[in-house]
Amino acid sequence: MLRFLARRLLLAIPVLLGVATLVFALLHLVPGDPVQAMLGDAASPQSVAELRGRLGLDRPLHLQYAAFVAGAAHGDLGVSLRTNERVTAAIAARLPATVELALAAILVALVIAIPAGVVAAVNAGTGVDHAATTLALVGLSMPNFWLGPLLAIVFSVGLGWFPVSGRGTLAHLVLPAITLGAPLAAVLARMTRASLIDELRELYVTAARARGLPAARVVMKHAFRNSLIPIVTVLGLQVGGVLTGAVITETIFAWPGVGRLLIQSIGFRDYPVVQGCVLFIAMTYVTVNLLTDMTYAYLDPRIRVGDD
Amino acid sequence: MRLKIGAGIVLVAALAAIVGPVVTPFDPAAQDLPLRLAGPGGGHLFGLDELGRDVLARVLAGARISFLVGVTVVAVSAAVGTLMGAMAGYFGGLIDDLISRIIDTLMAFPGLLLAIALVAVMGPSLANVLFALTIIGWVGYARLVRGQVLRARELDYVQAARALGAATPRVLFRHVAPAAIPAVVVQATLGMAGAVIGEAALSFLGLGVQPPTPSWGTMLSGGRAHLLDAPHLTLFPGIAMAMLVLGFNFLGDGLRDLLDPKKQLRPAS
Repeated sequence: MLRFLARRLLLAIPVLLGVATLVFALLHLVPGDPVQAMLGDAASPQSVAELRGRLGLDRPLHLQYAAFVAGAAHGDLGVSLRTNERVTAAIAARLPATVELALAAILVALVIAIPAGVVAAVNAGTGVDHAATTLALVGLSMPNFWLGPLLAIVFSVGLGWFPVSGRGTLAHLVLPAITLGAPLAAVLARMTRASLIDELRELYVTAARARGLPAARVVMKHAFRNSLIPIVTVLGLQVGGVLTGAVITETIFAWPGVGRLLIQSIGFRDYPVVQGCVLFIAMTYVTVNLLTDMTYAYLDPRIRVGDD
Repeated sequence: MRLKIGAGIVLVAALAAIVGPVVTPFDPAAQDLPLRLAGPGGGHLFGLDELGRDVLARVLAGARISFLVGVTVVAVSAAVGTLMGAMAGYFGGLIDDLISRIIDTLMAFPGLLLAIALVAVMGPSLANVLFALTIIGWVGYARLVRGQVLRARELDYVQAARALGAATPRVLFRHVAPAAIPAVVVQATLGMAGAVIGEAALSFLGLGVQPPTPSWGTMLSGGRAHLLDAPHLTLFPGIAMAMLVLGFNFLGDGLRDLLDPKKQLRPAS
């Protein structure tokens, strides 16, 4: 197991370095002069030169790169051009809101997906199964930037049950969490169904049934528990979707998280914050994938044995 | 069943995108300000938007943008990804290492995040949306084809072709790459859905197609300010987009089942 962990950690290093390199390159993709783009055409040459110096863009490229990677490794992502706030501090201030939203969305997804997937699997091939799988595909086809406004029309504008934007109470969380959790629920329901159908075909399930165990016990105590490994893995892999979805969901519901910070900073051409947010979200994604990989290996010894 | 429903939806949407803007009596850019935000009816089936433009005409024109983005992104992504994946899988060694590290790095960015970042710095435009979605799109094909080629290159008929002295490009494109075609077709169909959503998401965030060009994403973004007084601005572009995406998802799912060798080998019950 230790060898497996060491190997996975070592493999993550070039990926993290690649991510940092790509994020560093982003600023250099700005057409023309990035500093001029940030300050606008009316900026004086003096202020352009001053900002170029502040951002270190007057130094040779390799020195800029080394400083960026070293800074990122130490948690220093620079300073916001708009607020002068440190980028890490700006992200840290908004992180609790994003984590709260992401966890609530995952909870919503699990509450919908697990029962739906189990019911579909147990009734595989029947009308119930077709209805559940079709509903899951419909869920996948409804992008959150449409689902969010639809929910707002019905439950905020129409029924007045939930606030349409902002953060504060539990009521504020409901619509954003459903908006962000629905596509995840669709993916997890499909995975739960597929994984449970595979398990229900196993001999130990037939044996449990032959021993006369109640059907519910056979499904939940035996088959479902074993089908959890791929479900947990898919959940881990879907964190990327949740993080990207959070960018859009936070924008729809004016939820003060990291995603909204990113979109607002794009609007203000505050490139250090844009770089910081993108790097932070990508690093979180890589880390969660790594943890998922390790959890999978821990739960299923065949993975790490095969790798060793 | 799903395959047929999916194909039907996509076909109808494609026809609507091609013929719709020609037959509709309204110009998607023509404004009728006194009637702004008018609901469905009075000759305007989907109502009018905040500038008094016909929503149906704009939904149909938006379908063209969606198809343009979907077809372009999928065609370029599939071509580049298949080539890169085939090279990585067939040659192995340094080429495989290099391509695989690029794939790993690009896949380290969740979904649309890299596209958002790219368009944010390059500036909002349709061309930049196409570029950004292709950059994130090709890696999926490359990884898929690499895996298929790794398996196919060890097959007897490929070894035989090599032993007979067939040149590398011939072995690669005549014998190895065709093994990956079914999987690429499924990925491309589902990729169309992804590209349609990707373009709409970027446009929704103000990073894609710029007004007054009609795009489903910009229409949904404009509708947010009128949830209370004109919900039809959110309803109709959303239904059009969800239907098209659902069509591609049904088609992709159906094709996957159709091309799945396991299902083909399973005896009929």
